[in-house]
Amino acid sequence: MNDLPKTLTFKMPAEASPLGFRQQPARPVLEVNRLRKHFPHAESAAVERVSLSLGEGELMALLGPSGCGKTTTLRMIGGFERPDEGTITLAGRDITNLPPEQRGIGFVFQDYALFPHLNVLENVKFGLRAMTRAQADARAHEMLKLVGLDDLGSRKPHQLSGGQQQRVALARSLAVAPELILLDEPFSNLDAKMRVETRQEVRKLLKSTGAAGILVTHDQEEALAMADRIAVMDQGRVVQIGTPDEIYRNPATAFVANFIGRSNILTGNASGMNVQTAFGNLPLSRAANGAVNLAVRPEQIMLEADVTGPAVITGREFRGHDQIYWVQEGERCMMVISGPGADHTIGTKVRLRICDCVVPLT
Amino acid sequence: MNLTTTISPGLWRMPRARVIFSALGLLIGGLMVLPLIWLVIRAAEADLPTVINMLTRPRTIQLLGNTLALVACVLALSTALALPLAWLVSRTDLKGRRLVNILAVIPLATPGYVMAYALIGLSGNYGFMNQLFGFTIPRLQGLWGATLALSLYTFPYIYLNLRAAFAGLDQSLEEAARALGATPREVFFRVTLPHLLPALMAGWLVVGLYVIGDFGAVALMRFEVFSYAIYLQYSAMFDRVYAAWLALILIAMALSVVWWESRLRAGAHFARTGSGAGSARQRVRLSRTGQILGWGIAGLVVLASIGLPVAVLTFWMLRLDDLPAVLPALFRAFSQSLSVAAPAAVLAAAMALPVAVLAVRYPSPLSTLINRLAFVGYAVPALAFALAFVFFSLNAARFLYQTQALLITVYALSFLALALGPIRSALYQARPSIEESARALGHGPLSVFARVTLPTIRPGVVAGMVLVFVIAMKELPIAFLLAPTGFRPLSITMFSRTSEGMLMEAAPYAAAIIIFSALFVGVVLRHDRSAGDDR
Repeated sequence: MNDLPKTLTFKMPAEASPLGFRQQPARPVLEVNRLRKHFPHAESAAVERVSLSLGEGELMALLGPSGCGKTTTLRMIGGFERPDEGTITLAGRDITNLPPEQRGIGFVFQDYALFPHLNVLENVKFGLRAMTRAQADARAHEMLKLVGLDDLGSRKPHQLSGGQQQRVALARSLAVAPELILLDEPFSNLDAKMRVETRQEVRKLLKSTGAAGILVTHDQEEALAMADRIAVMDQGRVVQIGTPDEIYRNPATAFVANFIGRSNILTGNASGMNVQTAFGNLPLSRAANGAVNLAVRPEQIMLEADVTGPAVITGREFRGHDQIYWVQEGERCMMVISGPGADHTIGTKVRLRICDCVVPLT
Repeated sequence: MNLTTTISPGLWRMPRARVIFSALGLLIGGLMVLPLIWLVIRAAEADLPTVINMLTRPRTIQLLGNTLALVACVLALSTALALPLAWLVSRTDLKGRRLVNILAVIPLATPGYVMAYALIGLSGNYGFMNQLFGFTIPRLQGLWGATLALSLYTFPYIYLNLRAAFAGLDQSLEEAARALGATPREVFFRVTLPHLLPALMAGWLVVGLYVIGDFGAVALMRFEVFSYAIYLQYSAMFDRVYAAWLALILIAMALSVVWWESRLRAGAHFARTGSGAGSARQRVRLSRTGQILGWGIAGLVVLASIGLPVAVLTFWMLRLDDLPAVLPALFRAFSQSLSVAAPAAVLAAAMALPVAVLAVRYPSPLSTLINRLAFVGYAVPALAFALAFVFFSLNAARFLYQTQALLITVYALSFLALALGPIRSALYQARPSIEESARALGHGPLSVFARVTLPTIRPGVVAGMVLVFVIAMKELPIAFLLAPTGFRPLSITMFSRTSEGMLMEAAPYAAAIIIFSALFVGVVLRHDRSAGDDR
């Protein structure tokens, strides 16, 4: 962890050059440059200078809380909202001002948006205008086979389950062989169990067709499990872009540290790769200097019962495979996750020890 | 919203589809309003003293008083008929309340002038009661006759509104009031009734506009209100300037009713405020006496509103010696009605489409304006609206005067609002994501409209067309002023025979209108099914 690239600089907010932004894909399919959108009558911009780039066949998740601008960003890329500023380039072509039908981008809607008056096969054929009837039929069957629904071609959308509707929507978008496919909260209408099963299926499907994809979600678990890279958004800005691993282990801001998993925030005085804290001198995940906020994951903290310890357990939540303790140490309340072995009761005096490198935040 | 987005150039800023829909919408709005300008021009032909004389002459004052009295009486009577029925059906365990629910809406099938015919056919020397039972009731006419005819026909509008309001009323409010110590009686007056007020006002708006604009019933009842006087001025005395002034006063009355209703409604806030579902409905359990009493009330209303016209019509139909001989003439009148009503329905739906699309998909100040204009034809009393088109065609488009094309257009404009309702709600229900995904699949906006939007909203379009069609089939005042020479549809034939006292000869036409109008009620009921019944 200590040898992260030095290119990660932390001068973000106004000019937003998010963490990892320079990790540009070698051959970008999509380049989004400083997109901005301010809706009339809104107090602040919905999307504030968002830049992204997406490699061939790459799957990126736009992750953030509701209202962070992720769907607006997606809709601008799809052509359903007009950006106030910024450009969108798809495979070298400037598409910023093109209407959606001329972009060649697939869009899978949250509600799937299947045409209720057409059957499954006709839905999948809808975008295949340039083909002859026979070609379109063949292509549609091929796509339905790919999503495992070839025998349901004559059904109407309302006769399908939610999961099947979603696969038809995917097949319909993929049938026209788009270079890029956009998915707006595609799993939010499925129940929890289906969601987990569908995630890997959809990922496999996208990978098999070679289309690049952007997935909008507010579910961190979904983003971590599916995406090659994650762009975390907050209040209209991209605050960090990186692989799921980077985002989890090396969050750029307190927001990211707490939105993806949970973190304890400490203060410390950093110099280079080390930081002086209340828990002693600790290694940093990346270089920093001066007073910094630090993120420490609850599972990075060791908890030992010690009658002379400075801290006391004030709360406990049993979760089966592990348990959460809330520990009060002076003014500070820390969250600690420990394995099933250790079993302490509320009121136990304890001593805390941080046993990993901590993350300096901006 | 800033207007610059609507007028600045560029494909993005103003998509072609939006340009086309806006242009169509403006054209329709213009058609709706332009003729009214001719009404004003004609009215302005008089000099000021003449105007003052016309407005203050005793006859005008009397017409105004008569009209207001009629509106008040009809509102009072129709509310008195509707309120107990609505309560019985939606809040009690009255046996057979579903049947009552249907029976309470059926009177809509009887147009006011047919109801007036039934009342006239019942009373008087020559009437049904005298001939059958040797028992003469004085000929019903004037204010009471008109009130009775109009109330028995219009109370279902109030009933439907009240029933929906009872269904939507959060019962926990009433329970909370009970828990706070209020008696059931206090609860009704202090909680229930105030919450019914918006629905009541919506119903009163419809009925009030109807009464102000009604022509057939008041003319048959020989009660001189504005619309009847306009007709007399126009047809008999031919003082068109005075007719124009009367029409303007009529329009002003209608607009002030609309204005008052919106003012009163704006101040009211009756939606449930808290979160969480309203508690499940609990019905008032009626005792045996209560059930009998409930059925007594429902029976009386049904007997008067449905039984009466059916009995009177049957009586006169049976007296008709030679029904087959009447059939060719009846068929001719029917096909004449059909020849304007059917194209008017299609035209109204076609006009409603761009207006609805603008409202739902491209909201802007312009589309709000166009949508308001779309209601002008419905709010302006039919006789005044038709008179405006008479002046317009005489002065600006002579070739249209007394043509079928003009009559069809005026019908379509007048009933545009009826077609707009179902089409707009269908569009609201059609998710925009469906249209957007068609765009993402490579279809342009117009192709999306034709291939995705229209098929999705087809039921709404059909419903709108049926509504216009059926109401145009029985329309009277517009046909009266704008009918081409020799054009005698069902409504005009029936009306003129009745006003000449030929009740027997009018019967088959009245029967045809009622049977046909029953279809209208069918459509209303189908649409209403979702709006509130209660298991």
